Amino acid sequence: MDFNDTQEEAAFRAEAASWLKANVPTADELEGLDDIAAAKLWQKRKYDAGWACIRWEKKYGGREATAIEQVIWNQEEAKFNTPGGVFVIGQGMAAPTLMTWGKPEHHERFLPKLASGEEIWCQLFSEPAGGSDLAALRTKAERDGDDWVINGQKIWTSGAHYSDYGILVVRTDPNVAKHKGLSYFFLDMKSPGVEIKPIKQLTGGANFNEVYFTDVRIPDSQRLGEVGQGWQVALTTLMNERAAIGGGGAGVNVDVAYRIASEVMIDDKPAIEDSAVRAKLADWYVQESGLRFTGYRSMTAMSRGEIPGPENSIGKLVGAPKTQEMASFCMDLLEMSGAIWDENLSKEAGLLQLTYMGAPGGRIAGGTDEIMANIIAERVLGMPQEPRMDKGMSFNEVPTGSN
Amino acid sequence: MNFEFSEEQELLREQARGFLTEHCPPTAVRAVLEGEADYDDALWQKIVEMGWTATVIPEEFGGLGLSYLELVVIAEELGRSVAPVPFSSSVYLATEALMACGSQAQKEKWLPLLAAGEAIGTFALAEGNGRPSVKSLTTRMGEAGLSGRKLPVADGRGADFAIVVGASDAGDGASWYLVELDQDAVSREAVRTLDFSRGHAVMEFNNARAELLGGEGAGWGATERLLDRAAVLFAWEQVGLADAAMIQARDYAMGRYAFGRAIASYQAIKHKLANMYVKNTLARSNCYYGAWALNTDSAELPLAAATARVGAIKAAVFAAEENVQTHGGMGFTWEFDCQFYYRRAKLLGVNVGSEGYWQDRLITAYEQNNAA
Repeated sequence: MDFNDTQEEAAFRAEAASWLKANVPTADELEGLDDIAAAKLWQKRKYDAGWACIRWEKKYGGREATAIEQVIWNQEEAKFNTPGGVFVIGQGMAAPTLMTWGKPEHHERFLPKLASGEEIWCQLFSEPAGGSDLAALRTKAERDGDDWVINGQKIWTSGAHYSDYGILVVRTDPNVAKHKGLSYFFLDMKSPGVEIKPIKQLTGGANFNEVYFTDVRIPDSQRLGEVGQGWQVALTTLMNERAAIGGGGAGVNVDVAYRIASEVMIDDKPAIEDSAVRAKLADWYVQESGLRFTGYRSMTAMSRGEIPGPENSIGKLVGAPKTQEMASFCMDLLEMSGAIWDENLSKEAGLLQLTYMGAPGGRIAGGTDEIMANIIAERVLGMPQEPRMDKGMSFNEVPTGSN
Repeated sequence: MNFEFSEEQELLREQARGFLTEHCPPTAVRAVLEGEADYDDALWQKIVEMGWTATVIPEEFGGLGLSYLELVVIAEELGRSVAPVPFSSSVYLATEALMACGSQAQKEKWLPLLAAGEAIGTFALAEGNGRPSVKSLTTRMGEAGLSGRKLPVADGRGADFAIVVGASDAGDGASWYLVELDQDAVSREAVRTLDFSRGHAVMEFNNARAELLGGEGAGWGATERLLDRAAVLFAWEQVGLADAAMIQARDYAMGRYAFGRAIASYQAIKHKLANMYVKNTLARSNCYYGAWALNTDSAELPLAAATARVGAIKAAVFAAEENVQTHGGMGFTWEFDCQFYYRRAKLLGVNVGSEGYWQDRLITAYEQNNAA
């Protein structure tokens, strides 16, 4: 066990830090660009210099870095305020799935453009009738020559409106048990018959969408895994999703909360001198630190060749509610003014209010808190599933609330 | 960077677990819990034979000169088996105190005895209810010797010597005294704590023979530094205990049926267990940080120790409490072993400072780190 860099790691860190210092886009460079254009600019710059998706094979744009080097890179990049976010699904979820289940020609065609940020991907999994019970999805695909014809509806698709490609799970056989009748594809989001409608969230923003499919044709060559093997392929994506969304110290973290608690007063003394405030901050520090070192431990395991397992669900299960609690607590510290959400009047330019309003989404996206707890109990601790009413039934016999 | 134990350390863990499974089964814990003895002497002698008491003591003083990474592995396994022995008092506290502040002569006299298990030491800080502070100390060195009253003192009756924190007019307001306990001027009475499997005493000094350990007026700083080190080691015991309590709850839930199915299949029970797993995992990861900081004498030790300690207190107490609940009525019986974890988790949770104390220390250390 050694929390310090080895000589090679220190050299890698120095190289990364000096490249970042020289290349992180300045405010002037980003002036006038929207979030996506800014993210693409930064991603392409990293790609051209060999700093994109650094663990990937060199021929796809990576540098075959170790898991620990990835940790170091992340630490160094986090010291700067860089544009990003829109590539998480493509690079963090679609790419590992392509690597595991795709053919060499898929790798050659898609991985470099995922690494360079030229193409953005989205994830078409959830449906109105299939969220936590994802395998209950109904969008159907029927074989027609070399193509499949897709009809149905997806929902909660982040970034569908600016994505070039999507990963898609559909039902290819309703006459077998629900997990067995699924297949996995990827598709061009500009395909005829794809219709995207934004969903306005409780934050007021609209980052995700409903996506409708009307006779959308997908070539069979864009299938990943065998027909009927879609659930297994989807699990590859989902495990990577939980690792990719993670627990993050972004937004309202202990540093932000400490700053606020030092500035506002309780009984004419800085709030940070109050023992109840100190206790709260200490607990959150323990969670942040625990998540960080849990992540590092799993990186060490990965560098020995182990695959990230269901224990990665912890990041989101702890991180998402923590973010909500911290934002809420910090607003309480502001007392009556905690309600104000105004860039000029609010502490931290409204970060607390923005975080609080967005937090419920974090506790749902990629698996609700309850689903995450089930995953830990079932797949890590080996506890049995709840009895399922649909067990042993073919999909078309499964009872639903809507018919 | 490398966030795992070495193969040799994992081997040591396996060996320690096997040893304790054989020599410290629940029946051994129960025997101390239900008997008069303060600890399991037969088990203690075997632990000494294993060399565990000598782990981090330098070879020149009769020790093995191993690192703290070996010691935390042993601590975790002792916690897992709820071992009824004076290991924490003698190894995490007395040995550490001597290594930190002892003169060459004191080290030469005591460290070989501690390593060989021929002496048991303890650390006497608390003087009753409330958080110990320099101002609250009444134990004091006079012309004729050390006088005062300490309670509770873990392993106070079984120990051969104690390192006693006394008030001082010099320096930071406190000094450490090494007191050999086998003298007329020291009385030791058993004091009942909520964990009967660990002996505790109220200790009175009446002009007792005592020698200074470390500088006059350097005792309070030394106490805080000692507690930082001990906190990491206690935290590893707590993590071991938390894991054992979680596994006991899981296994019981798998075998217990209600309404025609294993209660482990109910989400209410699964989520309880998932919460234990999450708390235990975060605590363990923070304990890695603590172990590394302890082992390298890092400037981050105060922060790392408090972080490990707060997480471990929470994990152990939660797992122990919810393990009883998972067992339902049977968990509340004397006959079932759930009580071992429940008692020990709370005892360990206050032994070297409460959750509130360590939360406060954590934020203080965070402030100092940021200022540096």
